[in-house]
Amino acid sequence: MKRVTFGHSIYPYLLLAPQLIIVILFFYWPAAEAIRSSFFLEDPFGFGSTWVGADNYVDAVTDREYRRVANFTVWFTVVVSFFSLAIALLLAVKADAVLRGANTYKTLIMWVYAIAPPVAGLLGIFLFDQHVGVLTELAQFFGWDLRVGVNYWDTAAAMTIVSVWKQVPVNFIFFLSGLQSIPRSVREAALIDNRSASGRFWDVTFPLLAPTGFFLLIINITYALFDTFGIVDLMTKNEPANNPVTLVYKVYLDGFRGNDLGGSSAQSVILMILVLALTVVQFRMIERKVHYT
Amino acid sequence: MIRSLAAAAVLLSSTALSYAETEIEFWHAMGGRLGEVVNEIATNFNASQDEVKLTPVFKGSYEETLTAGIAAFRAGDQPNIIQVFDAGAATIINAPGAVVPVEDLMSNFGSGFNIDDYISGVRYFYADPSDKMVGMPFNSSAPILYYNVEALEKAGVEAPATWEEFAEIAPKLKDAGFIPMAQSHLPWIFTENFMSRHNLQFATNANGYEGVEGTELLVNNDALKAHFSNLVEWRENGLFEWYGAAWGDNQKPFENGDVAMWLGSSASFGGLAQTVDFEFSSVPLPYYASVVGDDAPGGYQSFIGGAALFAMSGKADEQNEAVAQFFEYLASADVQYLWHKETGYVPITNAAYDLAKSDGHYERTPAAETGITQLNLRAGDWTKGYRMGFYVQIRDVMNREYGKIFSGEATVDEAFQVIEEEGNQLLERFAKTAS
Repeated sequence: MKRVTFGHSIYPYLLLAPQLIIVILFFYWPAAEAIRSSFFLEDPFGFGSTWVGADNYVDAVTDREYRRVANFTVWFTVVVSFFSLAIALLLAVKADAVLRGANTYKTLIMWVYAIAPPVAGLLGIFLFDQHVGVLTELAQFFGWDLRVGVNYWDTAAAMTIVSVWKQVPVNFIFFLSGLQSIPRSVREAALIDNRSASGRFWDVTFPLLAPTGFFLLIINITYALFDTFGIVDLMTKNEPANNPVTLVYKVYLDGFRGNDLGGSSAQSVILMILVLALTVVQFRMIERKVHYT
Repeated sequence: MIRSLAAAAVLLSSTALSYAETEIEFWHAMGGRLGEVVNEIATNFNASQDEVKLTPVFKGSYEETLTAGIAAFRAGDQPNIIQVFDAGAATIINAPGAVVPVEDLMSNFGSGFNIDDYISGVRYFYADPSDKMVGMPFNSSAPILYYNVEALEKAGVEAPATWEEFAEIAPKLKDAGFIPMAQSHLPWIFTENFMSRHNLQFATNANGYEGVEGTELLVNNDALKAHFSNLVEWRENGLFEWYGAAWGDNQKPFENGDVAMWLGSSASFGGLAQTVDFEFSSVPLPYYASVVGDDAPGGYQSFIGGAALFAMSGKADEQNEAVAQFFEYLASADVQYLWHKETGYVPITNAAYDLAKSDGHYERTPAAETGITQLNLRAGDWTKGYRMGFYVQIRDVMNREYGKIFSGEATVDEAFQVIEEEGNQLLERFAKTAS
C-alpha cells in the first residue's frame, strides 16, 4: 500500500507563523520571563538582581495577607459564579416562556453585556458611594449601615453585586440559546409525563442544558478570577487598605504599584499553576458527567 | 489641490516652529486644578524662550507615574523629567545611575546651584547620604488642619493647636450638629508626620538615610499607639470619623459642611477654594503638648510631603541643558509664587517666600501661609525626612491595619505589631534588591 505524502513545503509553516509568533511573543515569552524573575529579587530600575531561590514563593505562601486574599478569591469566585449562573438561568427560562414582546425583553437584559468592567466598576462607585450612593441609602433605609471602603464585607458585597450584574447578560444569552435548541418534541413528551413545571425543568430541561452550563461554568470562574480586575480596581479606588482584593489584583499591587517584581512574578506563577490545575480538574472530573448531544 | 496646499502650509509652519528647539518631556501626576497650573507653567515657559520646548504629560497617580517611568527607563525610552513622590523617593534615589542629581545637573549644565537658596524645610528630604540634593522639591506640601469658620463660630470654639485642645472643643462641635474631624491619609498625616511633629525616630539607620541594610521601622511606639487609641475612642463618641482610605471620601463631607475640621494637604487649598461655598481657614497639624514638652512651642516641623522632580539619566547634554533651564525657570521667584498661590504647595525658595510676603499674599489669605509656617518650625534630629524602600507597600500595610483598627478586627497593639513585622520584612526584601 502506498503512503500518501505531501511534498515538504515551507508554505504551511508560513501560514501558521502569524499565530505562532503572537502566541510566543505574548504568552510563552512573558510566562518564561515571569518564571525566571520569580527566582530573583530585582531592583525596580533593573540595575541589580539577587538570586533568592524559592524565597519569593515561600514569602508569598507564608504571608498572612496572601492567604487572606486567596481565601477571599475562592469565596468571591464561588459566589460570583453561582449567582451569575443562577440568576441568568432563571431569567432565561422566564424569557423563553414569554410570548409577547419577547425581543424587547431579551434586548433589555442583554444590554448590560456591552458595558466594560471598568465602567461597571465606576457605576458601582456611584451607586455605593458613602455620601451620595443610591444603594447605600437604600441599605440604610433597611437598617444596614452600608460602608463600602470602610468595612471589609460591605466592600465585598458591593464588588460581588457589581460583578454578578455585569456577568448575568453573557450567561443569559447562552442559556437562552441553549433552551431554544432543546427540541420541541422532547418538551412535549415531557409535558405528557409530568404536569409539574419545576419537575419537568429539573428532569428534562436542566440535563439537556448541561453542556451549556458546563461551558459557562468555566467562563464564569475565569471571569471571577481575572476579568473582575477592573471592578476591583475601581471599587477600591487605588487604595486597597482593608478592602478585599483578588489574587490577580494582588499581583498587580505588588508588582506594578509596589515595584516588587520578584514577589509579584512568584505570585503570578502560582496563579498560572492554579489555573492549569483547575482546567485539568474541570475537564477530567466534570466533563465525564456532562452529556453532549 | 487645496488640501495638499494646506498640508504643505502646516508642514512649513511646524518645521519653522521646531527649528533648533530642544524638545523635553516631563511626566507628572498632577491632576485636576494642579494639572491645569502645571500646563500653565509649561505654556509660559515655552513662550518665554525659543530654545526649549517642554511637553508635560499627565501619567495618573503618583504610583502610576513612578511605575510608568521605571518601565520607560528599562525600555530605554525614559522622559527627561519625572515627578516622584515622597514614598517613592527611596526607589529612585537608591537606583544608582537612574537620575542625574539636581545639584550636579545645575552645576554642570545650568548656572550653578546653592542649596541655601531653598527654604530649610525642603533641603534634605530628597538628598543623598552626603546631603547632595538629588530631586528638586518642586511640589512640597505639609499636612494641615482646615476648618469651617462658620461651624467653629456656631460651636463657639477656636481651631485647636494641640490634640489636648481638640479633645476639649470636639464635644461642643458635636453638640452644634457637626462631625468634629476627619482626615484624608492615615500613613502620611497620622504616622509619618506624627513622628516628625513630635521629633520621634521613625526608622533605624537615621530614618533610613544611612543605607538600606538593616533599616527597621520604629512605629511600634507608645505615643503613636496612644494617638490611635484616642482616635478609636473619639470615633466611638462621634468626635472623629474615618471614611476609608480613599482621599476624596474623607474630603467630601468637609466640603458638604458635615465635617467641621479636616486634615488634608496644604496643596488642597487651591481645589478647596474652588469647590466650597463657605469661609474656611487653616492652622498647623495638631500635636500632643504632652509628648513634645516645652522644647518646641508649636511642635516640630513636619516632613515635606508631595513630590520632587528628577532629571533622568541617559540623555544628551543639550537635553540636560534644557532640563536645567526649565528647573531654573521653575525655581524662579515669580513662578514659585504663582505655583504657591494657585495650588497651596509651599514656595521652595526663600526668594519666592519673601515675594509672597511682600506682595501681601498672607494678609489677604492667612490660611495660605500655614503650610510654610509649619515647615519652618523648629527642626529636630528626626524631622529631615525618611528613606525607605518598598515604602508604597509599607503604606498599604499601614492602611490595611488601620482599617482593621477602625472596623474592630484588630486592637491598636495587634495592628502596630503587624505593621512593624511586615514593614521590616519588606525593608529586608528591598535591601536584597539593592545588592
